[in-house]
Amino acid sequence: MTPEEEVIRRQRERARITAWLLGGFVVLLFFITIAKTGINW
Amino acid sequence: MPAIEMTNAAPLPADWRDLVALTKPRVMSLVVFTGLCGWLAAPALPPLVLGFTAILCIALAAGACGALNQWYEVDVDARMRRTAKRPLPAGRMERQTALHFGVGLGVFSVLLMGLAANWLAAGLLAASILFYVLIYTIWLKPRTAQNIVIGGAAGAFPPLVGWVAATGHFAPLPLMLFAIIFLWTPPHFWALSLFVRSDYAAAGIPMLPVVAGVPNTRRQIFLYSLPMAAAAVAPWPLGLTGRVYGLSAAILSLVFVALAARVLANRATEPAAMAPEKKLFAYSVFYLFALFTVLVVDRWLPQ
Repeated sequence: MTPEEEVIRRQRERARITAWLLGGFVVLLFFITIAKTGINW
Repeated sequence: MPAIEMTNAAPLPADWRDLVALTKPRVMSLVVFTGLCGWLAAPALPPLVLGFTAILCIALAAGACGALNQWYEVDVDARMRRTAKRPLPAGRMERQTALHFGVGLGVFSVLLMGLAANWLAAGLLAASILFYVLIYTIWLKPRTAQNIVIGGAAGAFPPLVGWVAATGHFAPLPLMLFAIIFLWTPPHFWALSLFVRSDYAAAGIPMLPVVAGVPNTRRQIFLYSLPMAAAAVAPWPLGLTGRVYGLSAAILSLVFVALAARVLANRATEPAAMAPEKKLFAYSVFYLFALFTVLVVDRWLPQ
């Protein structure tokens, strides 16, 4: 693997993990809002 | 600009595994555990998702402390065998990345704690990060052999933060938990520093065995184990916990003091002959896990 390919591989890997974390954060914020506003399902 | 246009001279972006290593996951596990116990020991528990978020914030704050500690101590880490393979001294990551990662993680954890739990818990979390980085890492650690004694307060915050996140106010029990970890830290770290003292000496860190000698450190370990044991048992006679906790704490602490006495009696100066010190270090980790586990069990047992 060339250095350029390694850079791209790492960037993609980090972008994928960041996307998952941001997605998880949105879901977490949704449930925090539900819990803080005291809405019962 | 497409990444492919970067030149070969440009440093590689840090691997995500190195970013995880920067947070010191093993230290984080103890911090998360004590924070969780502080939360679970509270008299009334808010919704589960808020508890999960509060513990997540404590974990992220601990990660921020680890990253900022490694950012500041890169030269010291490079001189110690135990830490030379960390991402920064090993040259796998730029120093600036660790600083940005640590500050970002710290700010994020405090803001999320404020939004999800309450701003008193967020303030405590911010104080614990600042205390660890500014007071312990930057100020005390390179200057005084008492670094661990005062710096131990940073590691004592999690159960207090967990409790305050759940209740919104202080109470005697979480303050006792703070005191227990505060008094537990010196014997725990000094036991370790006895058998890795050549590392600390090489790095120029004035840990107690390096500055005051091995026999003096052994005496200090034993002396600190006594008030630690008293603080561990105290919640029971004070009426803050039940007898399950009280009796368990008494037995666990008795073993701790006995192991500290064996350290005191040891005359060896070579790390290879420091079995009592290694045993005390290993037991001290178990001790804290066990003590906080019985605290939670005691809290949830039907009275």
